[in-house]
Formats: sequence, structure tokens, C-alpha cells
Amino acid sequence: MVSRPATCLRRAGLAVAAVVTLTLPLPARAQDKAIVMASTTSTEQSGLFAHLLPRFKQATGIEVKVVALGTGQALDMGRRGDADLVFVHDPAAEQKFVAEGFGIERRAVMSNDFVIVGPKSDPAGVKGKDVVEALKKLAAAKSAFISRGDKSGTHAAELHQWKAAGIDAPAEGVAGYKACGCGMGAALNIAASANAYLLTDRGTWLSFRNRADLGVLVEGDKRLFNPYGVIVVDPARHPHVKKVLAQAFADWVVSAEGQAAIASYRIGGKPLFIPNAGS
Amino acid sequence: MSAFAASAATAVDLIVHADPGLRRIVALSLQVSGSACAIAAVLGLPLGAWLAVARFPGHRLLLLLLNTALALPAVLVGLVVYLLLSRSGPLGAWGILFTPTAMVIAQTLLVLPIVAALTRQFVGDALRDGGDQLRSMGASPLACALLMLLHGRWAVMTVLIAAFGRAIAEVGAVMIVGGNIDGFTRVMTTAIALETSKGDLPLAMALGLVLLAVVALVNALLGLVQRGQGPALAGAR
Amino acid sequence: MTLVALHEVSVHFGAVRALHSASLRIGQGEFVVLLGANGSGKTTLLRVLHGLLAHRGRREQAGDAPRQAMVFQRPFLMRLSVLNNLRLALWLGGVPRTAWAGRCAAALRRVGLQGLEGRPARALSGGQQQRLALARAWMVQPQLLFLDEPTSSLDPSAKREVEALLAGFAAEGMTLVMSTHNLGQAKRLATRVVYLEDGEIHADLPVDEFFDGRLQGRARQFLKGEWTW
Repeated sequence: MVSRPATCLRRAGLAVAAVVTLTLPLPARAQDKAIVMASTTSTEQSGLFAHLLPRFKQATGIEVKVVALGTGQALDMGRRGDADLVFVHDPAAEQKFVAEGFGIERRAVMSNDFVIVGPKSDPAGVKGKDVVEALKKLAAAKSAFISRGDKSGTHAAELHQWKAAGIDAPAEGVAGYKACGCGMGAALNIAASANAYLLTDRGTWLSFRNRADLGVLVEGDKRLFNPYGVIVVDPARHPHVKKVLAQAFADWVVSAEGQAAIASYRIGGKPLFIPNAGS
Repeated sequence: MSAFAASAATAVDLIVHADPGLRRIVALSLQVSGSACAIAAVLGLPLGAWLAVARFPGHRLLLLLLNTALALPAVLVGLVVYLLLSRSGPLGAWGILFTPTAMVIAQTLLVLPIVAALTRQFVGDALRDGGDQLRSMGASPLACALLMLLHGRWAVMTVLIAAFGRAIAEVGAVMIVGGNIDGFTRVMTTAIALETSKGDLPLAMALGLVLLAVVALVNALLGLVQRGQGPALAGAR
Repeated sequence: MTLVALHEVSVHFGAVRALHSASLRIGQGEFVVLLGANGSGKTTLLRVLHGLLAHRGRREQAGDAPRQAMVFQRPFLMRLSVLNNLRLALWLGGVPRTAWAGRCAAALRRVGLQGLEGRPARALSGGQQQRLALARAWMVQPQLLFLDEPTSSLDPSAKREVEALLAGFAAEGMTLVMSTHNLGQAKRLATRVVYLEDGEIHADLPVDEFFDGRLQGRARQFLKGEWTW
């Protein structure tokens, strides 16, 4: 005599397998003309990609999927082969990436600058000074200073300036220094609520809404120049990389059309980035 | 307080205008978390029922691991799944990193322990009451446990609501394995995180209110279903 | 003919000894009543006779595996309709689907619950629920029916209805083994009485002999009602 509950269990088991297979949403097949680009949170939050990528798609039909992380993490993503190309702003780290064989070549794309923002009342008296002097004054005044502390391009640039000011390890050497291990926007939020000083890229600053009492205090210093580069991940290392499509983007963004698109991105009439391909 | 009021107003505005970008984000949240919940139900309900009756050597250890998994941080699950699905990882050839599929997998792993552990508990309790009777009627121990899923179907619904809530509210896992890609893997929680880090706090809060409204709607619909069964259960306990 | 027999059976729950060296035969056609205070082992003895418990010692069934059913003190009914509760029992018992409608209708008529098929089983009164449990048991045509204090939680009129049903089942030829506190019930229904104390069988006599005054000690006190819990 067939035990009914047993056959029922068997049929239920098959139904389970069917449901599991059918519910997993499959990645859309139309992803053949799509690439993954690792970039930085500051670049994404500036709104540049929302402006740029639709133009690229219109010109080539290629979809660019941006994963935004810190520069260090973005390059790591490239090393793991999880991205087809990287678009970051830390020339030293980028050259290392190419030298290690993970990228084909680095092409300059655009630049913006960093600024130091802080309380408009400026208790440390840094307004108008050059960056090195400003940092020395901040250290002396023991003012609160927020750092991203996340291996990003901005963080690297910040540490570089502290070094130039004679402080190798600001986390130890500067009394009011606080590192959050977070993105530019989050760090700005902290600075705004703590009324602290902070080094930020101008792009994020211009699109940041929660300014509280902060204002730009130090700018224009040549040392605060922030260059961006694009690197296609080397298919010799990761054969699945969509080299042709990724190269199409790298070529477009340094072309006259791409550079014009970058220049046309403005907030409140001010351009956020200065195209400088070929430099 | 005015920040909250402004956010509430923005939330209503967003819902009323039903901006396509927002609609896509809401739809993806529901799909990803709904799928994860469905898969976790299909796997976790029988698993929980089985655990209520299984007596093999080491079943206590398995129970300990299951209960510990209830406290899995979402970011940790996201990280583990990322490392598995990364091109440099064991399952890289699947190529599903940064897709909704990866997000479903991560959330399923996150809520499966909830479904299994809670199911084990209420099935175990129900078996204390009626296990003997079902065994007497000829059911095997596993069949008894599975019948208790039918008997305790309202408890099952509560468990699944809890699992769905956990899934749709988490941000750590979907952020890491999905990448928060605009138009592809951005869901409500990652959108809130993004707007917060951009400093647009009122918008972030408004999105949060929209998320709560969507979940409230889902729960209200489930409540309607339950009430539809109400007359049949009038007076029954 | 012996339907089920126990030889020196002991049951332990952890460190607690619920049943010790129990030896018992249940013969066809008997109505055996288990008497004893709470905690004396009646429920354990029933469950081990029915085959629900792990035990030391030997349990034997008659060669052709007599069909068995059990009814508990508090009836467990699934959160389903009356009819579906019955159908579940038929499904678990491997009865062919074609026979279901007939058997369900007959069972409900037998216990006087016809017309209540669509009601949620748990919405019935206590007495009705117990009668449904009896219908569920009777429906699979068991040769051997175990009952654990089936009327303890019922009011007097429900008690009478259930006793009448049980007497009817016995008259139809079913073998019943029932535990109870209720001496009157035992006298009315039993052909044989087994008395338990602290997990051991202390007396096993035909019903007339059990109640004729020959018992001594705690059993005697139990019968006199001086020590009934």
C-alpha cells in the first residue's frame, strides 16, 4: 500500500526546487552591452555621472554601471576583476595599479580642486592662508578636524598635505583630529554638526546641502589640485573583462565630445570639473 | 521638528507624483526582499519543522549555530556573499555580482535563520500539544511537524512578515553585493544611505517614510487576507 | 486472542521512572480500564501499549498488526473544518479516496455530529470536540482503541454521551483500553480493571472481583475514595 504522506512529501520536495529556481530574478540578458565601472563616492555624489553617462549611452548604446566606493576600494575592485574599468583621483595609486599589471594605461580625464572648509567664524584663523600654513595653524589651535580615513583619493591628498606641513601621522599628532572611515558626504555631515574643519573636493561641496555653519576658507592653492584618471582593467589578468566596451568609454571621455560634456556640468552656474585630457 | 514636517511633506509629494525613478527603486526593493522571503520560506519552513523533530547526534550543535545566525550582521552576510561571487572568488564565473540576483541570495541567507528558528519554536510547541495524536493517526515524526505548519499557518504568516521586514529594512548586504548602481541595484535603503551621505537629509528621511508606507501597505493587505478567513475562525482558538 | 502484550516493560523520562516492569496482555473483545492516582503511570502505560514510546522490555502485537487508534484527554483537532479533520485521519491511515465521503458521513452520524461538516473544528464545544475525536478514531475501523481519561474535562451530560458511545463501540466488538479516575465509569464499562501505583501494576482483575472488597492497602483506600488523586 502506497503511503500517501510519503508521496506527498516527495512531490512537495520537487515543488520546492521549482519555486526556488523560478523566484531567483535572472540578470537581464540585455546586459551584453554593459560594463561595470568602479569609481569614487565623491565623483558619484557630485552628480557628474548622471550628467555624463546618458550622453555616452546615446552615442554608443553602452550602459555604464557605476559602483561607487573609496579610491582604494575601487582600485581593489579592479584588482579582483569585479570591474571592467576604474575612474578615480589618486595618481600615485593609479600608477601603482598599472605598474602591477592590473590596468592597461592611465589616461588623464579631468580635475577639480580640494578646499578646506570650516566654521565661518574661523577660530583657528586659517582663512586665506595657503594649505600648509593653514594645517599648521589648525594643529596649533587644536581645532576639531574631520578626516575621511578611508584610503580614498581625498584621504591620500589630505595626508599628503599634512606631511608637507611636517606632521606625518595627524591621527596621533593633532589634538582635534577625528577619522570616520566614511565617504565625503558623511564626513561633511559630521563636520557640519561638530562645526569642525575638513578637507573636501569642491565637487562634493558644491552639491552638499547640509552645510550648517561651514564655509570655504582655503582654496586656490596649486597643491590642492585633484586630478582624475581612467584605467581599463587588463584582460590579461582577468579574461572576462569587457575590454572593447570599456575602452570605448575611456576613448570617449577623453575625446572632444566627452571633454565638452564634462565642462558643461555645472551647479549654480559653476563648473565642477575642468577637463584636462592629454595633460 | 520642522525638519520632520518638511520630510513628511516631501514624502507625500514623492508618493503623489510617483516619479519613475522612485517607482523603480520601490519595485526593486519589493522584488528583491519578496523573493528572498519566498525562497527563505520554501527552504526555512520545512527546515524548521524538521529541526523540531530531528534527533541525530549533533542536532544540538546545529541548533546553536542556527540561533547564533539570528544575530548575523547584514554587512557580514554581504561581505561573505561578495567574496564568494567576486570574479576572484569561487563562484566568480557565475558573473552575478552587482545584480539583483546577488542581492536576493544575500538577503535569503540573512532571513533564512529567522524563518527556521522561529518555525522550529512554534512547531515544537504545537507538537507538545498534538504530536502524540498525529503519531497515533499514523503520521511519521516529520509528517507531524509538517502538518503543524498547516495547523499553525497564522504563526507561519507572522514569521514571514518578520522575515520580510528584516529583509526590506537592511542596507548592509544589498549595498555590498549590489553596489547601489543607479537604475539597476539601487533599492530604498541604499537610496536612503546615499542621500544621507550626500547631506540631503530631508530627502533621505522622506524616502524612509515612503519605505515605511510601502511596508505598511503590504501588511495591511495581508491583514485583509487574514480577516477574510475570519468568519471561518470565529471563536476558534 | 491477544492483540497486544507487554513483558517487563519499563519507561524512563530522563531520570524519572514512569513505568516499571509492567506485564500485561490485552485480549480481543475486552474493555480494560486502567485505574490509579495522577502520576501512577496510566498515561505512560497507554502510550507504550499503543507503540508511541521507547521502552525497555518487550512489546508484542498479534501477527496481523491490529489497527489501532487513540483518543486523548484534551482532543487535539487541527485548525481545519470538522470534515477536513476527518479526511486527514483517512489520508494518514491510507484509506482510498473513494471511501472517504461515505466513511465521514457514517462517522459523524455515529457520534451525532452530522450537519457540522463545514464548521471549524476548534469552534465546537468541549463535548462535541471529544465526540469528533471519537468519530475520527472510529472511522478508521480500529480493532483496538486506547483512551486517556476521555471524559475528565467534560461536563456531566457530555460525559454520558461519550460513555454511551464507548459502550456502543464495545458492543460492536471493538477492544478498548481506557484510563480513568472515575470509579463509577470503570464499574459501568469495564470487563477488566488494572490498578497502577507509582508506575507499577498492583492489581489486574476481572471487574467484579476488583470491586468485591478483596483488595487491601492503598488500592482499598483508593476505592473508598480516601485517596483519589
